[in-house]
Amino acid sequence: MSERRLPPVTQVGMASLALIVAGGIYLSAHLPNHVSLGPAIALLATSALLLAGNLAVLARVHGFPWRRFFEIARWALVAYVIIAGMIEYAFLRNHLSGGPLVVLTLSLVVFAVHVPVLIGFTVARYQES
Amino acid sequence: MAHVAVSTSGAAVGDGPPAALERPDFQIVPRAGLPIVAVVLGLLIAGIAVDKLWPLEFLHVVGGAAWTVIDLFLGFVLGPIIGRLSIPARVEFTTRLMPKMVLIMPTVVTVTLAAGWQLGTKLGTVQTSYHLHGWVVASYIVVGVMAVIALGLLEPANIAVLVEMKKPRPNLEVIERLMKRFIYTAGATGLMQVATFVIMTRLAAG
Repeated sequence: MSERRLPPVTQVGMASLALIVAGGIYLSAHLPNHVSLGPAIALLATSALLLAGNLAVLARVHGFPWRRFFEIARWALVAYVIIAGMIEYAFLRNHLSGGPLVVLTLSLVVFAVHVPVLIGFTVARYQES
Repeated sequence: MAHVAVSTSGAAVGDGPPAALERPDFQIVPRAGLPIVAVVLGLLIAGIAVDKLWPLEFLHVVGGAAWTVIDLFLGFVLGPIIGRLSIPARVEFTTRLMPKMVLIMPTVVTVTLAAGWQLGTKLGTVQTSYHLHGWVVASYIVVGVMAVIALGLLEPANIAVLVEMKKPRPNLEVIERLMKRFIYTAGATGLMQVATFVIMTRLAAG
C-alpha cells in the first residue's frame, strides 16, 4: 500500500489533548481552594497553539482530500459539541465561575474542535485522490 | 439485511483475500440507536439536575461498569478472536460491531464522567479536604490518559474503518491496519481499566 507523506497530525493532536487534560486535572485537583490559573492558562494556550499549528500544517498539504475531511469532521463536530456541552452543563450546575470556568470552557472548545479534526484527518488520509 | 459484494483490490492480507467479499450493508452511525442515546443523555441531564444520590450513583456505576467491561472484553477477548477470523468473517463481524461502538462508547464515557463528577461534588470526594484525595487525583490521571488514547487513536480508527468499508472498493490493508490500531488501543485502555478498578474499590472502601 503506498501512503502519502503527511504531517504528524495525530501525534500533535494527542499532545494537544494531553495538555487540555493536564490543565483540567490541575484545576480539579485543587478544588475548592483558590488555585493559580497560570499553569492552566499556559497548558491551554499551548494546546490551542498546537491545534492552530495542526490546521495550518494540514492546510499546506497539496492535494489533501478536504471534501472527505469536512464530510466526516462536521458530523464529529456536532457529536463532540454535544459532549462538551454536557460537561459544561455539569460545571455550571456546580456553580463553577470566574477564571476556572473560562479556562475550562475554552479547554472544552479546543477539545470539541481537535477531536473532529483527528477523526476527519484519519478518514481523509486513506481517501484515494 | 442487504449484502454487498466487495472487490478486494489493492490489498493482500494474511493468506490473501478472495476476489470478492460479502459485506453486510450498514450505516456508519446507526440511526436507530440515536433515540436511545438521546434518552440516556436526557437521563444524565435529569440526574445532574435533581442532584440526588441514587440517580447519580446509578448512572456513574452502570456507565463505568459498561465502559470497563467493554474495554476489557474488546481488548482481551474479542480482539484476539477477531485477529484469528478469516477475512470474510472479520469483515462481516467488523461491519456489525463497529457502528454500534460509534454510539455506545462516547455515550457511556460521557455518562460515567459527568455523573461521576456530580457525584463527587455531592459527596465532597472531589475536594482537597477528602482524606483519599490522592486516590481521586490518581483516578483523574488514569481517566485522562484513557481519554487521550481513546479520542486520539481509538475513535478516529473506528470511524475510518467504517468509512473504508463503505467504499465500493475498500482497501483491506487499510482496514487491517486500522483494526489493529483499534484493538491494540482498546487493549491498552482495558489495562488501564484495571487501575480504575483498584482506585474505585479503594474509594468505595473509604
